[in-house]
Amino acid sequence: MTDTIALKAEGLFKVFGKHADTAVRKLRSGTARDALPGGATAAVIDASFEVKAGEIFVVMGLSGSGKSTLIRMLNGLHEVTAGTVTIGDDDQVTGASVKELRDIRRKRMSMVFQHFALLPHRTVIDNVAYGLEIQGMPRAEREAKALEITQVVGLAGWEDKHPSELSGGMQQRVGLARALAADTPILLMDEAFSALDPLIRREMQEQLLELQSTLGKTIIFITHDLNEAMFLGDRIAVMRDGRIVQIGTPEEILTDPANDYVEQFVQDVDRTRVLTAESVMRKPRAVVHPSAGPHGALRTMRDEQLSAVYVVNRNRTLVGWVTDREAIDLVRKGETDLASIIRTDHGAVLQSTFLSELFIPAIESELPLGVIDDKDRLVGVVPRVTLLAALGGTSGAEAQEGPRLDPLPTEEVDEALDAAVETGSIESLEGK
Amino acid sequence: MDFRINFGDWIESGLTWVEDNLDWLFDFLKVLYQALYDGIDWVFTTPSAVVVIVVVALLAYLARGWKFGLGTALGLLFIVGVNQWDNAMNSLSLVIVSALFAIIISVPLGIWAARNSTVSTIVKPIMDFLQTMPAFVYLIPAIALFRIGVPPGIFATILFALAPGVRLTELGIRGVDKEVVEAGQAFGASPSRILRQIQLPLAMPSIMAGINQIIMLSLSMVVIAGLVGAGGLGGDVTKSLSALDTSLGVEAGMAVVILAIILDRFTGSFGNKRIKSLMARWFSRLPGGGAAPGDSTAGKTTDQIRTENRAVKQAGLAG
Repeated sequence: MTDTIALKAEGLFKVFGKHADTAVRKLRSGTARDALPGGATAAVIDASFEVKAGEIFVVMGLSGSGKSTLIRMLNGLHEVTAGTVTIGDDDQVTGASVKELRDIRRKRMSMVFQHFALLPHRTVIDNVAYGLEIQGMPRAEREAKALEITQVVGLAGWEDKHPSELSGGMQQRVGLARALAADTPILLMDEAFSALDPLIRREMQEQLLELQSTLGKTIIFITHDLNEAMFLGDRIAVMRDGRIVQIGTPEEILTDPANDYVEQFVQDVDRTRVLTAESVMRKPRAVVHPSAGPHGALRTMRDEQLSAVYVVNRNRTLVGWVTDREAIDLVRKGETDLASIIRTDHGAVLQSTFLSELFIPAIESELPLGVIDDKDRLVGVVPRVTLLAALGGTSGAEAQEGPRLDPLPTEEVDEALDAAVETGSIESLEGK
Repeated sequence: MDFRINFGDWIESGLTWVEDNLDWLFDFLKVLYQALYDGIDWVFTTPSAVVVIVVVALLAYLARGWKFGLGTALGLLFIVGVNQWDNAMNSLSLVIVSALFAIIISVPLGIWAARNSTVSTIVKPIMDFLQTMPAFVYLIPAIALFRIGVPPGIFATILFALAPGVRLTELGIRGVDKEVVEAGQAFGASPSRILRQIQLPLAMPSIMAGINQIIMLSLSMVVIAGLVGAGGLGGDVTKSLSALDTSLGVEAGMAVVILAIILDRFTGSFGNKRIKSLMARWFSRLPGGGAAPGDSTAGKTTDQIRTENRAVKQAGLAG
């Protein structure tokens, strides 16, 4: 994703029926949607947003919220009543001539439809090649390209079937392949997975993300399913009664809903599939460096009342963890190298891991679950209490975790350390 | 006060005006109708009946299988047996010419009406008028314009048979899944391409049902046209009516029934799989040939299409 703006909508209005312009003026001056004079129905009211190149921008709303009308204004299937749609730097969709509009649709954006909208009298391959055919590509060339895309979406071997011979999920793969084959930078997807069974839907969502990671299209995705929006969207625009009520990342929408409506909406969302380890992690209470030796480690654990602690290098990369019991054994033996007792089975997770995947590692881990970034640096920990608190919707900041294994009694540790001082393996505590 | 709308007089004077000023047009049509009729009639009547029966039965076999082939052969043999062969071939030629004109006029008109609501609003009442006006009434201006013979028969038949063609074409195109049409638009297809590649192929079952209706209505009208000297089976039916000749009337009537069934089954099979595959093979030999039209009728029987068709017709009249 870059910061280039791929598509920009400014002040879009769509009013069906008579006296549309008057209705727009009234809406602008604050008249409610229901208070419009008879004959005028406002489908989209003052919608503005920017879509960055390479992002998945989801427009989410219930039926009748105007989202389908909105997406159709982006490629000119519906003429706007007011407002502008700009693609790239300065190509206007609004106000384009019929020919310019056709050109934009051929080369700049393609569309995937809710009920697939395949040509039933054509084979899969001919359907996939449809956009290319309209672009005027010679038959042999477009068939070769269509064949390639058909394989990419996992329909190899079905090229010569007709759409009616395919299951719903496969038909939508054809729809997706048709849009991908057209090779436009922008992809409009109108409730593309809504007509599919839940399992197939999930599969298609995952496939879309996988494709997106290699293709990097700009995708504008319409859905009424918040879970789908949260799963797919880099950013989400929530629509209600024709207006966009909030635009933000899935996490922003979830943790900071703009109003009661959005809040009510996100109540049912499966938070564990939206929030990541990064969003709930805390600073680790203490870490030790390998150079601290068993004495240093033991002292840190005693001070923090911990039974185990993570070991990290100077550059914060995670090495492993040590327990106080093993550290005290080393101290008693008079050894000064921590390396022999560092356990590397720390089970740390990446910061982008969803909460749903944290539960098992959190149970298995002796310590609060470690969170690392892509350079293996320990950036935080997720105590089990925090994980539970996040599920309940509270921040969990106050939640304190008791140690899983009781730390060694302070007296015992002191005794061992003192003994070590006497044998001269470390300096006296008091001297520090 | 004597309340009287002289509607009939107005129409008559209008017709007189047409007769006086547009006689070149009707002379042209008269020659055209007669020439086409003579040509087609020549094809059917010149070879011996046996040859025609064999050829038609073979086509029937190709279209629907051996049962229809055999039935066609037996039906045509019956017509020969009751000595109505020449009449039947005359009537068939008349039906073919009339239906051809009706299709050429009604299908484009239906397409236009489907794409333009104003046209649709204008065309609809005209079609209601044409379809419900008693068939005999068409014969009167037809005689005035064409004199006695085959041309007035063809003219009246075309008027009478137009409506279902226009209606079912419009309905078929309007009934094409909106999202599929949108898909065409969204990928930047031009309106004519959408018509050619999406709307017409998907509306084909409905258009075919319209053509089937045109042919059926033509056949029923052709009999009535016997009254104006169009000859054929209608001529014999008219003759038997005035002479109260039951045996002649029944024989000619049976010949009409047999022709009707054969024509209906033939046109009903235009959309079926068998024809489709034959056409696909034929199309694929043409440069740039795509799929054969009307795929989506596969599995739909003629009866189903006709039931839909009837419902459509009634709905149309009610509206």
